[in-house]
Amino acid sequence: MNLFGDALAWITDGAHWGGPGGIDHRVVQHLLVTFAAVALAAVLALPLGILIGHTGRGRLVVVALAGAVRAVPTLGLLTLLGLALGIGIQAPLIALVALAFPSLLAGAYAGIEAADRGAVDAARAVGMSEWQLVTRVEIPLGADVILGGIRAATLQVVATATLAAYISDTGLGRYLFSGLKSRQYDQMLAGALLVAALALVLDLTMAALQRASRPTTRKVPS
Amino acid sequence: MGIEFRDVGKTYPDGTVAVTGFSCTVPSHRTLALVGTSGSGKTTLMRMVNRMVEPTTGSVLIDGRDVRELDKVALRRSIGYVPQAGGLLPHRRVVDNVATVPVLTGTPRRAARDAALALLERVGIDPALGRRYPAQLSGGQQQRVAVARALAAEPNILLMDEPFGAVDPIVRRGLQDQLLQLQAELGKTIVLVTHDIDEAFRLGDEVVILRTGGIVAQTGTPKEIVAAPADEFVRDFIGADRAERALRTVDVDGRSVVVDGDGRPVGVLE
Repeated sequence: MNLFGDALAWITDGAHWGGPGGIDHRVVQHLLVTFAAVALAAVLALPLGILIGHTGRGRLVVVALAGAVRAVPTLGLLTLLGLALGIGIQAPLIALVALAFPSLLAGAYAGIEAADRGAVDAARAVGMSEWQLVTRVEIPLGADVILGGIRAATLQVVATATLAAYISDTGLGRYLFSGLKSRQYDQMLAGALLVAALALVLDLTMAALQRASRPTTRKVPS
Repeated sequence: MGIEFRDVGKTYPDGTVAVTGFSCTVPSHRTLALVGTSGSGKTTLMRMVNRMVEPTTGSVLIDGRDVRELDKVALRRSIGYVPQAGGLLPHRRVVDNVATVPVLTGTPRRAARDAALALLERVGIDPALGRRYPAQLSGGQQQRVAVARALAAEPNILLMDEPFGAVDPIVRRGLQDQLLQLQAELGKTIVLVTHDIDEAFRLGDEVVILRTGGIVAQTGTPKEIVAAPADEFVRDFIGADRAERALRTVDVDGRSVVVDGDGRPVGVLE
């Protein structure tokens, strides 16, 4: 329990705030890496997932592929990429994109497929173009599930972004790696607590967003 | 506007034959009822009119023009469509559901909403319900909204796919009355799909009875079909041997009382 107190004391110590290695600076870095990875993965995975969900084509191939990517251990991938690309943020970023991709893809096609088929068929029959169907019917109706995918991906990435410090001086993972090496366990635990707190805050934010995307559609008759 | 089915057939890629060699003409302002059991291809036939299904043989013509020459989306917007069980967009308010097509075709939203409210009133829905979401209405109300949506773009043709199949008999009766009244005022060309022969007889000017595989068992006005069922299948389908179809009159104190096959009184002959 003493270690826990030490860790909290370490976090609240003013000397560890401000400046290039400060907690505030590293939190921002950590968040930036997380958002960049999720955003990059989303640019690739969401359109692909929406296309699969809308057309019902290519599902098996892409799902198998995403499953294979999911099975790749992030640390192993990071090491490989690090060897190829060298020290810096590129390798961790790519590894995190690969981590986020499957959840985003699954959320996107599952969300589109979950849209009420009767409503989609009727919307097509009254004269919506395929693009209008996707943007005005399928995405709004699937938003809940799509956001669920983004939420899951964000949670995975914010936790795993700790590994960015393995290969570059970025994010909160730095406290863990250097604390481990120098046996400063208060610093190490402080880093872990900060990552956990960040993950919690992000997840709660995403949960609120997800709730907000569920408008009145499922309200029971008054 | 007339609709012509010219020797159309539909075979799905898996080899299922939905329709074979179907020909029929629906004159303008008339109602054609396609009736048959499930698997009779009636919905397939109806969906060929707005190209939701493309025939594998033959063609469908509207006013003499093959629908394949027309742009799919523009064609569908010009035809009213009432699907089974409403098919309303659950995330949009009732009034916006009705205004869907006018908004797509560029009517300003406010004008489209005003027109939608007037249409709701016309199909018997309190315009105050326009602010609600479809899930907050009863099944019968949702069907009325679907009819209003189909009428919103002022189409000449209406396609109705078992429009009243999902509601209870009393509500269905009310909806049918409403449709008959609307049709008397508007004079649309209607293709209606149903499995309910009584509905087909009530609403259809012309009735086509289909058997499995989209083969026509009989075509005619309701009167013609009741008077002379073509074969055993049709007799059976329309329930020609049911007590309520075999009416006769008996004389009661000088008045002709109509009774059914079981002798139960149905009404008085004027």
